[in-house]
Amino acid sequence: MTGVRVAGVGLTPFGEHAGRTGRDLFAEAALAALSDAGVAGDDVEHLNYGNFMGALAERQGHQAPIVTEAAGLRCAGTRYEEACASAGVAVREAVRAVRSGENDVMLAGGMERMTNLSTAEVTESLAVAADELFEVRAGVTFPGAYALMARAYFDEYGGDREDLAHVAAKNHANAVNNEYAQYQREITVEQAMDSPPVASPLHLFDACPITDGASAVVLVSEEYAAEHDLDAPVAITGTGQGGDRAALQDRTDMARTPAAADAAAEAYGDAGVASDEVDLAEVHDCFTIAEVMALEALDFFDPGEGIGAARRGDTTRDGDLPVNLSGGLKAKGHPVGATGGSQIAEMTRLLRGDHPNSDAVPDATVGLTHNAGGTVASAVVHVLEVAE
Amino acid sequence: MSESDPDPPANTGYDEWADALADGGYFIECANGHGSLPPRRVCPDCGSTDLSEEPLPETGEVATFSEVHVAPSGFGEEPPYVTAVVGFGSVRLTGIVRDLSAEEVEIGTAVRPDVERNDATGNRLIVFRPA
Repeated sequence: MTGVRVAGVGLTPFGEHAGRTGRDLFAEAALAALSDAGVAGDDVEHLNYGNFMGALAERQGHQAPIVTEAAGLRCAGTRYEEACASAGVAVREAVRAVRSGENDVMLAGGMERMTNLSTAEVTESLAVAADELFEVRAGVTFPGAYALMARAYFDEYGGDREDLAHVAAKNHANAVNNEYAQYQREITVEQAMDSPPVASPLHLFDACPITDGASAVVLVSEEYAAEHDLDAPVAITGTGQGGDRAALQDRTDMARTPAAADAAAEAYGDAGVASDEVDLAEVHDCFTIAEVMALEALDFFDPGEGIGAARRGDTTRDGDLPVNLSGGLKAKGHPVGATGGSQIAEMTRLLRGDHPNSDAVPDATVGLTHNAGGTVASAVVHVLEVAE
Repeated sequence: MSESDPDPPANTGYDEWADALADGGYFIECANGHGSLPPRRVCPDCGSTDLSEEPLPETGEVATFSEVHVAPSGFGEEPPYVTAVVGFGSVRLTGIVRDLSAEEVEIGTAVRPDVERNDATGNRLIVFRPA
């Protein structure tokens, strides 16, 4: 089995790209990744592309051949859809393709256009990721679903809205220097507390924004990297995926995310890395409570301890385990089908030392990314390591 | 259904199950005692295909809830409303709480299931009323 190197990464700025097509957004990210890698497009053997709601937002299904063409590639492409974990799955399958020896050069990433829809339309489109019969028809929105989890968490383990506000403030602070982030500004805990309610106990500043954007990463075999003398110091050494019942009502425990725990166990085992060896993490904080549950599922904190992590400073940029130095979904933005690839891109930059926040983790060698779909009915975890 | 969706997909037992909630409702139980909800051919917990319909307990307890202020389309006249996941023995149901304000709902509040019609979508709407 060959090792997998991240040869290059590319992102569009996350935010509002009114008037641009999804194919143009993805092409920008893909060309940036190929340029960063120093790899010719003709060497790419397959595109793994994540997208969730393009059929609703752009009335465009069958996007893989369209974005493959837009990126100037002359290979086949496949679209992966796993709600907000779409690009995470696209990357994971690209890792598996390289490891198998089937391919030496893969492009993986994703794209989402969301701001061309009204908030109500986005809410409805995202709700498609929930269980249509047993949740959507009962009026459960995505914020509503995470609110149900937050209430269950508070009831089981304690914690309060102020704990969550610290998560939001932390991630906004991290986004200030990130040129790709949608919100490059700080917020205070008080501002988060005072924002309007969306679905109690969650308020507006507990939620990620509506975002357009694309991500791309070039993954190559170690042999290809050596043959072409690529500067690719970061390897993906572990990958894992977990699944759970789609509807919250069917879960044993609504304050835990076992799909993420399963994905993490698989990825840690795959990499031969223990959770206490991880130096920094990018986790799926679509809502503040999601970051808390992720920290516990990833075995960074015991159940009930994740809620206070940001408030204690454990996960801030000067803490023992900086989490979401990119700004996270909360402040960097969440173009759902692009997010998993964006996490790989940000982690690669952080580990290479060319991210504006790399100075927070100058000696980091092990990073973890966690990308979740729905209310974590799907989860993909990757371990990235500095290989040389 | 709305005019734009005149021919909805079949629901393979869901509509019948939802309608039955007006009279107390039922759930699916497998030979090993695992509960689940229709439509169902196989127990998701153990794979048993030996399934039977059993009556729901008359009352359930709120397991978690939220007051929703920003609603999806189809619920435009509703917000704020309280959505809840309610445990009925070995199964849980999700629906909207009627006749109780958000301040009156707590984890553990006893409710009974019922079904309404969502006028905006034509779909069945599962609701809970004070037990």
